[in-house]
Amino acid sequence: MKEDAALAAHAHTVKRYRGLMDWLTTVDHKKIGILYLIAGGLFFLVGGLEAILIRIQLIKPMNNFVGADTFNQLITMHGTTMIFLAAMPMLFALMNAVIPLQIGARDVAFPFLNSLGFWTFFAGGVLLNISWFAGDIPDAGWTSYVPLAGPTYAGGHGVDYYLMGLQIAGIGTLLGGINFMATIINMRAPGMSFMRMPMFTWAIFITSALIVFAFPVLTVGLVALTFDRLFQANFFETGNGGNTVLWEHVFWVFGHPEVYILILPAFGVISEVISAFSRKRLFGYSSMVFATVLIAFLGFMVWAHHMFTTGLGPVANGLFSIATMLIAVPTGVKIFNWLFTLWGGSISFTSASLFAIGFIPTFVMGGVTGVMLAVAPADFQYHDTYFVVAHFHYVIVGGLIFGIFSGLHYWWPKMFGRILNEKLGKATFWTFFIGFHLTFFIQHFLGLIGMPRRVWTYLPGQGFDTMNAVSTVGAFLMGIGTIIFIINVIVSAANKKPVANDPWEDGRSLEWSIPSPPPEYNFKQLPLVRSYDAWWNEKQKGNAEMPPAEPVGPIHMPSPSILPLIMSIGLFAAALGFMYHHTIIGIVGIVITFACMFTRSVFDDHGFHIEPEEQEKGVHA
Amino acid sequence: MMNRWRVLKRLLPLMAGMALLLSACGREDLSTLSPKGPVAQKQFDLMTLSISIMALVVVVVFAICIYVLIRFRRRKGDNTIPKQVEGNHTLEIIWTVIPIILLLILGVPTINTVFGLSKDYSKDPEAVQVTVTSHQYWWEFEYPEYGIKTAQELVVPTGRKIQFKLASGDVTHAFWIPSIGGKIDTNPGLGTTNKLYLEFPNEGVFRGKCAELCGPSHALMDFKAKAVSQESFDRWVAAIKAPVAMPADETVKAAFESKCLSCHAIGETNAGSAAPNLTGIGSRQTVGGILYNDTTPVEENLKDWIAHAQSIKPGNQMPDVSTNVSYGPGKGTTATGLTQEELDGIAKYLASQKLEY
Repeated sequence: MKEDAALAAHAHTVKRYRGLMDWLTTVDHKKIGILYLIAGGLFFLVGGLEAILIRIQLIKPMNNFVGADTFNQLITMHGTTMIFLAAMPMLFALMNAVIPLQIGARDVAFPFLNSLGFWTFFAGGVLLNISWFAGDIPDAGWTSYVPLAGPTYAGGHGVDYYLMGLQIAGIGTLLGGINFMATIINMRAPGMSFMRMPMFTWAIFITSALIVFAFPVLTVGLVALTFDRLFQANFFETGNGGNTVLWEHVFWVFGHPEVYILILPAFGVISEVISAFSRKRLFGYSSMVFATVLIAFLGFMVWAHHMFTTGLGPVANGLFSIATMLIAVPTGVKIFNWLFTLWGGSISFTSASLFAIGFIPTFVMGGVTGVMLAVAPADFQYHDTYFVVAHFHYVIVGGLIFGIFSGLHYWWPKMFGRILNEKLGKATFWTFFIGFHLTFFIQHFLGLIGMPRRVWTYLPGQGFDTMNAVSTVGAFLMGIGTIIFIINVIVSAANKKPVANDPWEDGRSLEWSIPSPPPEYNFKQLPLVRSYDAWWNEKQKGNAEMPPAEPVGPIHMPSPSILPLIMSIGLFAAALGFMYHHTIIGIVGIVITFACMFTRSVFDDHGFHIEPEEQEKGVHA
Repeated sequence: MMNRWRVLKRLLPLMAGMALLLSACGREDLSTLSPKGPVAQKQFDLMTLSISIMALVVVVVFAICIYVLIRFRRRKGDNTIPKQVEGNHTLEIIWTVIPIILLLILGVPTINTVFGLSKDYSKDPEAVQVTVTSHQYWWEFEYPEYGIKTAQELVVPTGRKIQFKLASGDVTHAFWIPSIGGKIDTNPGLGTTNKLYLEFPNEGVFRGKCAELCGPSHALMDFKAKAVSQESFDRWVAAIKAPVAMPADETVKAAFESKCLSCHAIGETNAGSAAPNLTGIGSRQTVGGILYNDTTPVEENLKDWIAHAQSIKPGNQMPDVSTNVSYGPGKGTTATGLTQEELDGIAKYLASQKLEY
């Protein structure tokens, strides 16, 4: 039996799909990266549109563009969509596209799991967003504080969509975290020790660890609230002895590490881009690594700074104040290391490096307001005002989104074999950058002069009018920046010119040593890594290729599978069924998912091999 | 010496301008930047200290950043490879130690103020005790020492500590009077009652807000804090406890008792807390917290509110003349169906409910 299976694997009997079926069944990390990018990009546009509607509503006092109910739905969906369905998937897109290439691997550790992670995320995202069509939209904020999100005050199914959508999307994120941790630990090319890993790989390694520890907390919280809402449990129902502060703790024990799950990958991107475009080794590499580890560790120790005004008492507030301030130290180390990577370098201003350079001052501004917010007594004034809105948009948009834009411009040729137009790229940067600061800088002051956040309107005569109008203008500029980026993508897709292996000529890590886009198996021969910045150092020695660590031979590949998609559809159906109390549909959905798991577990799939002759023809992804 | 004076003279208008700009930041009775009490002042001092330190950091980073970008930009045709530097221990120690020192400078007063502002005056006979209960979307203020319950307008004497005990009757809200002091959440349920003290050294009316998302009309959940002299406060206590006469007109009285007093209270009648207490509503600054009586006569505002409460504050628990309550625990409470005559009579009666103090 065993031999038969092995023979079958050699004999190319595995069905290989083309066209749409190829995308639905792929387990190739490069294609999954592109799927993440498309899905995340779409959700980014949805979240952006919601943001524009929010800003139009707030353009003048007592505006009635959207009503109070719709406004609360918009802010809830904007926050949830942007964090879980836009920012994280776009990070996963970069992770998938780059990490295996950077560590010299042929794929991730668990390709099937990778595909399952994408499809569950997508199912969760779609489920959350069909609430718009069901007319029952979550409206308790992305934090879903109880009792406002509990059964008494949020009847209907709005918050159920939030709970089920995030639960299913969260499975995908958790799988991704486990997968990338395993990949980075086990699949590094010969010679790539931990301290030779590129900074982006380090950032993703730490991020994956954060995901593995933080997401189960969210899962537990969501389950508890789901039980309150669907099965009359009493975790948070105060009328029956539940405790609402418990939800705040659970949410932020997850929620604060989540902030670092978002920003650490951006730190990684910035480290790569700045180093490449200043033609210099990353300054203080080892201190960068330890700073990242330290930030991640402290990230778990500071959740209650979101709850200074909850009333935890002076001891808790004092401790969490100091713990939060401490994070500024490793973050400062990173900022100065970037500046001194630039120092003495030869800086070229491409779209990718503009976003990375724009990131530094912007993130510093977001960081210093973070320290200000850590001062608990002062936070009694800032908390839940537009000052906080300004702060977290500075770190999330000015940090994370700038990082993603930078990474996309930088790795686009590697992902798609097309280079993005530099003129359009720079136009994207300037409109987005100026629009961003116009929108959010002024919001600091709105908060200080007394405007609470999450208000659907405001009375005239409070001094809020002009600043809100300015902020709305900025939001439109950011929208224009995004549209220019989309035009750029279309223009570059139409341009059929092939791209070199190392199109920026200053590439430093392994992904630039192979074709753009790479063949299905990435590396024909696994590379031998002889130093940090391996590819750069080989180039300096005059080598045109990485030295191989193995002879040419048949390459073992995982087979494509439709099961992840079907499993996700099963979960999607189950969630809808349980929400609307159609238990039959719910059970059918669960059965579908378990049947797929059974099939996957019982019937072995040995994958297939790509023979050296076929490699010569060049099998492209 | 002369030179230095001249420079200072030139800087003076600039500094004056900055001071003006800062003081022009927002309304005096609303902005955290114009503290009107010692609590807000201490918080403002910490804000100033942290902004100053952070401004220093931002200036240093921006300066290095701009210098680097100009000095080390790649010239056309320049293909030299810069020296590959691994790091520099001295520099790295400097930018680890300096932030730690800056944080110490900020951390010590922070801890000091955290404990200073959390003092509890609930046993202090000199302090005024106020129990705050938040509701969707109004504020209830109870003075247990005086046996008074009122709503939407907090009246306090100047010069005394005001000790608040805060909780919520429904969802989580946050009690915030920006120019007097920072906010604190009002949590529902047992064991999560919060305490907060504030001081009002000067007479005046200060704007208060809800700062935690609490439903559709979160944006409109404003209240007023009115600080008056001790004598005036004593007169207010006496006035609000005086008996209240019912409407003279029998139809109005019947409508008022059956339609309004089923939830509201006035004077000694029905002193529950299902809805805002109406005693002295005619002398409040606003109706419903957001309809200002200085721009529109109170009677007009009352008519407007009683007729259209559901559209003025969407999602609130009071039905109006023609709309049922469609949200929250009061969902389904039917429209009052008051006739125009009853509505006018009730508005007129309530507008006349003024307290002299």
